[in-house]
Amino acid sequence: MTASADGERAESGTPLLEVRDLVVHHGQLRALGAVSLRVFPGEVYAIIGANGAGKSTLLRTIAGLHHPTSGSVLFDGTDVTGLRPERRAARGIVMVPEGRRLFGSLSVEENLKVGATYARQGPWTIEQVYEMFGWMRERRKQLTAQLSGGEQQTVALGRALVANPRVLLLDELSLGLAPVVVQRIYGMLPQILATGLTVLLVEQDVSQALRVASHIQCLLEGKTTLEGKPADVSADQVEAAYFGLAGAAPAGPPGEGSEP
Amino acid sequence: MAWVNAIIQGVLIGGLYALFACGLSLMFGVMKVVNLAHGDLAVLAGYFAIGIVAVTHVPVLWSFVIVVPLMAVLGYIMQRTILQGALDRSVLTTLMVTFGLSVVIENGLLQFETANTRGIGVGLPLLTESFSVGSIQIAYLLVVFFATAVIVLLGLQYFLSRSKYGRLIRAVADDKEAAQLAGADYRHVFGIAAAIAFGTVGGTLLGGVVLGVAQQIGAQISLSDEVLAGFIVFLAVLVLRPQGLISRGAQS
Repeated sequence: MTASADGERAESGTPLLEVRDLVVHHGQLRALGAVSLRVFPGEVYAIIGANGAGKSTLLRTIAGLHHPTSGSVLFDGTDVTGLRPERRAARGIVMVPEGRRLFGSLSVEENLKVGATYARQGPWTIEQVYEMFGWMRERRKQLTAQLSGGEQQTVALGRALVANPRVLLLDELSLGLAPVVVQRIYGMLPQILATGLTVLLVEQDVSQALRVASHIQCLLEGKTTLEGKPADVSADQVEAAYFGLAGAAPAGPPGEGSEP
Repeated sequence: MAWVNAIIQGVLIGGLYALFACGLSLMFGVMKVVNLAHGDLAVLAGYFAIGIVAVTHVPVLWSFVIVVPLMAVLGYIMQRTILQGALDRSVLTTLMVTFGLSVVIENGLLQFETANTRGIGVGLPLLTESFSVGSIQIAYLLVVFFATAVIVLLGLQYFLSRSKYGRLIRAVADDKEAAQLAGADYRHVFGIAAAIAFGTVGGTLLGGVVLGVAQQIGAQISLSDEVLAGFIVFLAVLVLRPQGLISRGAQS
């Protein structure tokens, strides 16, 4: 179902992150039904979809927080499906979880220090984060609970960056934030990408995702309904894939995942 | 003067209670484990000291050099094996497991060491004596307890607030999943917390002191009221300050 899109990107070499036919259950409920994706180095890959489409489940499974029923996650050509989340972080798969999830009884700086404890070698340091977000240095002694939502999200981003990820997973950055704040945080992406990262993000805000992404994939009820470059998909296609309108999705039958 | 005496004795014995309590509070604060075997483990450590002195004939105070690391290793292994296994099922399972552990330790000690009271002479006659301030008699041993408690609690406070592992322990206590995403193996951090098992949250010392004072004042009124006074304090705290004597910092 994704043959044409992948063919186009094949010159980028081997994918940094690959998900093959991932099936994940929450108890009896099938949250993901055979989803596949390939993220190439330097991309901003966006997963879009409505509430409950399985976006967060997909990201959390890639980070190692959920165990898939079947399917596999490959990172840099190696199967990491069986690895615990902390082992994946050590290899460079680092996630900014939904809802920030900062350490509430720790200061801003302590949050960053925890992020840096098991860091890989790389360009990001706490000092580098302070350079990028000047206000953070002045408020480094404050508890994160005293920060605004946007500031908390920025600290969460900083905590992930200081681990020097190779692929950064962003789960619903925009959740609960004012549009202007969301714009500002996404505005930082080019600077972050310039340090050599690859980004896989999940976003409910479709227009935001279309603006920043180099590749998008739409999920509906745990299945892929659309995939391609933002420039190649029409608004109608996205709308149809997002809401599951009949006769719309050109990306093939939303049935069991087919081999790429 | 009897009242002043009761308060002073209470504060000093409170130091000993605080030493016991900080281990409990660390395990509860970090892992949400109510360790029902905590008291038994403390008694077991005492028997280890007796055993080590009997076998090696080292001076009693030296036995601490062996017993403290021994208990730390035991704590780490226990956490990584049976307690983590119980935690993976549910927090309630840990109650059953630590209760079982408590029964095993108690009966094991009864079986092999009898129910007789045991003591170890420290070899320092000073510790069995007391000094007087005005008309108040203060036992040196109580002062040692208290001083030890203060040093241990301050040291722990410093460790938790300044060191790398202290920071990780607090991070895991806040959100173990987020800590995993930052690369921390929370099972290892749990193990370290259990190894310390001499924990503190600011209020622990105060809590121990309040309890100690209450019991001494109760005993002052009538000897049989000592235990009653302790329970009255428990109830009063649960009703008036259920969040703790010194409430924790803002939660996210």
